[in-house]
Amino acid sequence: MAVKLPIYMDNHATTPVDPRVVDAMLPYFTEKFGNAASRNHSFGWAGEEAVETARQQIASLINATPKEIIFTSGATESDNLMIKGIAEMFREKGNHIITQAIEHKAVLDTCKRLEKDGFEVTYLPVQKDGRVNLDELKAAIRPTTILITIMYANNEIGIINPIAEIGKIAKEHGIFFASDGVQAVGKIPVDVQKDNIDLLAISGHKIYGPKGVGALYVRRRNPRVQLSAIIDGGGHERGMRSGTLNVTGIVGLGKACELCQQEMKEEAVRLSGLRDRLKKGLEAKLDEVFINGSLEHRLPNNLNMSFAYVEGESLLMGINDIAVSSGSACTSATLEPSYVLKALGVGEDLAHTSIRFGLGRFNTEEEVDYVIDKMVQVVTKLRELSPLYEMAKEGIDISKMKWQTA
Amino acid sequence: MAYSDKVVEHYNNPRNVGSLPKEDPNVGTGLVGAPECGDVMKLQMKINPETQVIEEAKFKTFGCGSAIASSSLATEWVKGKTVEEALSIKNTDIVRELSLPPVKIHCSVLAEDAIKAAIGDWKKKHGIEVPVAEKVAH
Repeated sequence: MAVKLPIYMDNHATTPVDPRVVDAMLPYFTEKFGNAASRNHSFGWAGEEAVETARQQIASLINATPKEIIFTSGATESDNLMIKGIAEMFREKGNHIITQAIEHKAVLDTCKRLEKDGFEVTYLPVQKDGRVNLDELKAAIRPTTILITIMYANNEIGIINPIAEIGKIAKEHGIFFASDGVQAVGKIPVDVQKDNIDLLAISGHKIYGPKGVGALYVRRRNPRVQLSAIIDGGGHERGMRSGTLNVTGIVGLGKACELCQQEMKEEAVRLSGLRDRLKKGLEAKLDEVFINGSLEHRLPNNLNMSFAYVEGESLLMGINDIAVSSGSACTSATLEPSYVLKALGVGEDLAHTSIRFGLGRFNTEEEVDYVIDKMVQVVTKLRELSPLYEMAKEGIDISKMKWQTA
Repeated sequence: MAYSDKVVEHYNNPRNVGSLPKEDPNVGTGLVGAPECGDVMKLQMKINPETQVIEEAKFKTFGCGSAIASSSLATEWVKGKTVEEALSIKNTDIVRELSLPPVKIHCSVLAEDAIKAAIGDWKKKHGIEVPVAEKVAH
């Protein structure tokens, strides 16, 4: 069967909406368009009922109760709310927050803003495999620490942190534990009880739901977590997040969670199979390729690989019928290579050559085979063009050369 | 990012890819950029010592599509020119020819540097003094 081009393999960035999710959403655009806060007519009741169903679907996926789910505009807002909300509520108790170097910018930039506001933030380094070191975490805890915020799984390299252990440490010290669960929820089992998570950020569009909707889990029992709101208004969502509920989006998010819960187990097996096929195919036909981050503790759908001596943007240009992303500086808005790879100790030269493959629900084996062939073809061509590859083959150690840097 | 047609054309069909013998007294080699910056260009020219005409030019580049296109274009332009003429090529000429966007101007600067560095290397081999203006500024 011929492969349909272009191929989408950038599912950490976003995912297509599952057609079953679209079907669930459609009536809420036109017939059941009521405001979920309208308590006095059937249009409002239909909206409210749909929202409560979604709350149940989301709660069920992460082993929470429906009342612990707050709806937001997306995970960036959820990250902001969980961090700023705790910081403001508990600033009398302490002003220290612990996070780590390879968080998403929604967490890092939120922490940076809090630093300007008088908070102290510890950015833990990560191990070579990309995971947080638990001893370093314990050592960073101070009497003034009020929050530990560490992502469940990383969006670039797909590594999974020792979340249950982190949750246990936080609980023992009476510190709130918030986690950005965007890449993990719906992909691997996430259990807020087992993991002792107090706050968990969830996104709709990373799990085959719509963009513009997200959720925040806020623990209600043992301990009951209180948050300061960052958006004021009509007091929706128990006062934690005002604003008319995006009923259509929420229905989509709920349905997406339900599908993930039903299919996650099989999907993970299928995706890790495809991922391993991709990895083996590339490694068999190309020398000097390196996996970034732990392979053992990794999302089933992620592969992040450096193709030494080939710059990432030129590689993307050659595989223009395949959508993936690169850690190369040229592909980022800041013109800096990936800070995630840098934190892992990957040299900047190799960071420029990295490609992130994000497999998803709709990728096929044929597509993986096409990607392998195309990658091999383009990497080979660009290496013939690469002065660095030539020098490496001549036995010159590029890392020891003196370069004329601008 | 959308690339201009000329950048895409050079990327798909790079001109004069390869290497010339570094030790040849008539070959000048310029190696500019750095791997950690994401751009390295190697530009080599074979120059006739009598006529000072650039008879052959080869390149290899590690970098984005615009860097590859800039160096490919540079080899095309210097071929057949005298050393003096080649030194008058400005990065802005490359920017114009390839319609490079502002974020890619450094690729053209690197190509101009590579031309100067290759000619400088050749001049050094022949005991010709390299004027300050022709030195690669970093």
